Amino acid sequence: MNPFTYLRATDEAAAVSAGAAAKAAFLAGGTTIVDLMRLHVMQPDAIVDLGAIGLTQIENTADGGVRIGALVTNTALADHQTVGAKYPVVVEAIRSGASAQIRNVATTGGNLLQRTRCPYFRDAQVSACNKRAPGSGCAAIGGVNRSHAVLGVSNKCIATHPSDFAVALVALEASVRIRGAAGTRVIALEELHTKPGDHPEIEHTLKPGEVITHVEIPANAFAKKSHYLKIRDRASFAFALASAAVALDMQGATIRDARVALGGVGTVPWRAKETEAALRGKPATRATFVEAAKAALVSAKTQPTNAFKVELAQATIVRALEEIA
Amino acid sequence: MTSIGKALDRVDAKKKVTGTATYASEVSVANIAYATIVTSGEANGKLLAIDRSRAEKAPGVFAVITWENAQKLTGTNTPASGTDRKLQLLQDDKVLYHDMPIAVVVADTHERAQQAARLVEAKYAPGTPPIAKMKDANDVYAPKTAGPTDKADSERGNFVTAYDAAPVKIEQTYTTPIETHNPMEPHATIAVWQGNDHLTLYDSTQGIFGVRKRLAGLFGLDKENVRVINHYVGGGFGCKGTPWSHVALAAMAARAIGRPVKLALTRPNMQSLVGHRPATSQRISLACDKSGKLLAIKHEVTSETSRFDEFSEPSALQTRFLYSCPNVITTHRLARLDIPTPTFTRAPGESSGTYALESAMDELAYAAGIDPLKLRQINHADKDEDKNQAYSSKSLLICYEQAAAKFGWAKRSAKPRSMRDGRWLVGYGMATATYPARQLPASAVAKMKADGSVLVQAGTQDIGTGTYTIMTQIAADSIGVPFEQVTFELGDTVYPETPVSGGSFTASSTGSAVKMAGLALRQQLIDLAIKDTKSPLYDLKADGVEAMDGYLVAKGTPTKRDKISDVFARSSKTELVANAKTDVNAHMLKVSMHSFGATFAEVGVDEDLGIVRLRRFTGAYAAGTILNPKTARSQFYGGIIWGVGMALLEASERDPRNARNMSRDLADYHVPVNADIPDLDVIMVPETDELVNQLGAKGIGEIGITGAAAAVANAVFHATGKRVRDLPIRLDDLVEENKS
Repeated sequence: MNPFTYLRATDEAAAVSAGAAAKAAFLAGGTTIVDLMRLHVMQPDAIVDLGAIGLTQIENTADGGVRIGALVTNTALADHQTVGAKYPVVVEAIRSGASAQIRNVATTGGNLLQRTRCPYFRDAQVSACNKRAPGSGCAAIGGVNRSHAVLGVSNKCIATHPSDFAVALVALEASVRIRGAAGTRVIALEELHTKPGDHPEIEHTLKPGEVITHVEIPANAFAKKSHYLKIRDRASFAFALASAAVALDMQGATIRDARVALGGVGTVPWRAKETEAALRGKPATRATFVEAAKAALVSAKTQPTNAFKVELAQATIVRALEEIA
Repeated sequence: MTSIGKALDRVDAKKKVTGTATYASEVSVANIAYATIVTSGEANGKLLAIDRSRAEKAPGVFAVITWENAQKLTGTNTPASGTDRKLQLLQDDKVLYHDMPIAVVVADTHERAQQAARLVEAKYAPGTPPIAKMKDANDVYAPKTAGPTDKADSERGNFVTAYDAAPVKIEQTYTTPIETHNPMEPHATIAVWQGNDHLTLYDSTQGIFGVRKRLAGLFGLDKENVRVINHYVGGGFGCKGTPWSHVALAAMAARAIGRPVKLALTRPNMQSLVGHRPATSQRISLACDKSGKLLAIKHEVTSETSRFDEFSEPSALQTRFLYSCPNVITTHRLARLDIPTPTFTRAPGESSGTYALESAMDELAYAAGIDPLKLRQINHADKDEDKNQAYSSKSLLICYEQAAAKFGWAKRSAKPRSMRDGRWLVGYGMATATYPARQLPASAVAKMKADGSVLVQAGTQDIGTGTYTIMTQIAADSIGVPFEQVTFELGDTVYPETPVSGGSFTASSTGSAVKMAGLALRQQLIDLAIKDTKSPLYDLKADGVEAMDGYLVAKGTPTKRDKISDVFARSSKTELVANAKTDVNAHMLKVSMHSFGATFAEVGVDEDLGIVRLRRFTGAYAAGTILNPKTARSQFYGGIIWGVGMALLEASERDPRNARNMSRDLADYHVPVNADIPDLDVIMVPETDELVNQLGAKGIGEIGITGAAAAVANAVFHATGKRVRDLPIRLDDLVEENKS
């Protein structure tokens, strides 16, 4: 681990100010950054600890949604009764991730910004990685890549976004509230993460010093009938090979509206709008689900060892929908 | 009351659960420095230049050791025995595999050593393009042995003629991946020099005497001047069976800076510096007649080894004797790759070998239209047909019967994909388990101290198996005192020499020595009593006295007895000391000794998603005397769970282009978690064996993993109708195209 300075920010303004410095990084739960600093993948000169700035409340909003402080732990969020009642998919997604010990310290904001588990990204000593060392190449293409993405990939990077929680939030059309030097702004969560394209080193649209202060989930008609299904090699404590966050607004046996997002297969939390369109107005039958699921993977680009993810993701969408329809 | 056979709690349990058991890296040593290993970023070739200057200037750094400034070892780097590996000790500029030690950095804290390590800059002249996988190997050869001692090839009868003429036959290739041991406690060594010729090592090892011998050889020391201490080990599974490079590197670093040095491996180090279970490719041909009687067996094994050393995974040994068959060929070949040398991994040979053989037996059962269990029963070998000799004991038929009954094998419908539970396709599979029963020379000492307490010592290790506890039981029973009155000490080369804790032979070897030492101490006590006019046993013949519960008792007259502590107190001796030494089992030349078992698994396979989950597992094992059913059950559980992991999860992935291991942590290398393992049903079939050793115990550390992977794999086939012959079986192989 490189030597670094450590500042425990006392309020949001101080955090924003200190975090704007070159090579500064924020510390929330630390489950990603401490790990990556030990591996010399991230080498910040300054750590700005957010642990004392508050942002640990979960509030109801005027429009019937919830606003979640960025430093609410994953455990606290999953245990929150209102969130559980309104947004089952959120609680299921959080509980499917990591272990109880990790969820006890991992935070709402930090979860969204966790970094890929690509083994080449994590191997700072030897492996080429455009995300870690821009221009060095992508060792995952042609290498060990069973866990890698098939959606949103580029010829520069195929790293999978690892979050479960973010997938649920994308399906619910959540937004993030961001505080920066210029004030506060709110963007859709879908606008937060960026696909690798030619610049895999850029993973999100936050500017230096900007801090996620809240996640806001709006009230909507489909959230109550929502579900997260995560498929992985072992029964617990593993990242998704494929996952689906699904939400349905039903009118009798007909799907009035639907939301579908995928994890484990995309370079970002992947909203499957083609699938949603294919579900809308259709009867909630397996035939509908199967056709709609295919639509999500039309643009998939696979590697020899992750081609199975196309069928797996489709099957996951179908099963998730069947389980709530 | 005897304690052998009782399900006693571990004597070290409280220390372990309260965190007061001191493991190697936790020993407090004054003035200690911390070392870390810099590893190579190429798989072969040589070091062109290695720049120490930045690292040497980093804060807290005492030394940066590379091949250019390292101590030239005067001793030999030739393995001391067939089980030792060649070590990479900064003696030259050669690069032999990715992650090989190329420098050691020593600093005042672990963190500073780690930080400085990344400042060491190496430039390489890479060799020929590295070869990472056996299918691309350019150097495949026949080794002299399979495993350390068995001949590489075997042949009896005439396989070709029998196979060609047979009415039912199968021929398939099964492959198993690289697996890593990854014990909870990574390897760690603290090296302390006393002058230039005395070395003390606190080392997490399965074999303190092996470490002593190897390090004495490397540094040109008398072995009596090397002391190795190791009171607790957080798992070994074979990777701690032989000393690896870091042990000697710690000693070199300590000598270089003139201070004690601690070198604890990181989890990434654990993937490459301490061996692995080699990948295997196993071609099996089986033929039987229409009744299922085996006519011909051929088992051809190729496994990987390094360019510079040899480890031969003996996957076909069990095939030589497991079933009755007149025509059998087995071969072992090795493929040299640009990789670190593999090593012993729980049931080396039998675990990968029974996966292949028992999968093939399942395929043959389907080809012949015979129940897989019945096929095994039909072909039961009453004697060892390879060595043409009897078994010391064998209870396999009882194992089949009891496990099948408990599991409910009869409820299985033979047709694949014919059983289900909702969305889960349900499959039953079974396999035979086997592991050799060995006994190696061992020694022990039993002492009665001035205060009447009993202290028994042997240098052995407790690698988490319960050695402390069972040795205490054996000592108590052999002396004739209650379990609670005995203290057993291990893990120090000042104690009597014992073998490595491996090969499932600790109970049989060290246990037998402890028993003999206990009996010798008992004899001394009896001799005191019968010569003591104050004893009720005075003038009895020695063989007329027995010992139990802390008393010496006249045989046949239980009221005529003398308390052992009183006998000792009246003797006016300050200490009794009884040494014992046991040898290899002479019976091994005339009879074959193995444990056997029968394993049954039920899996569910999600019909759409391809997820495989174990639903039930029953194993029945006959392994002679079970010394402690509680610790024994844990050994069976551990073996079975690893077998399940082997079938469904475990694989290290090597980059095919540069031969670098990319499974560098436990998030990428999957072992089963609790949620993957349902209740396991273990039946310990009673078995008496007078020949196997002084205790009648065959050893149980490894048989649990054998057969288990095949039972699961066969269950997956039964569930799905799809035969996956490449481990691990994951949903990649089973996910179905969605059908509406």
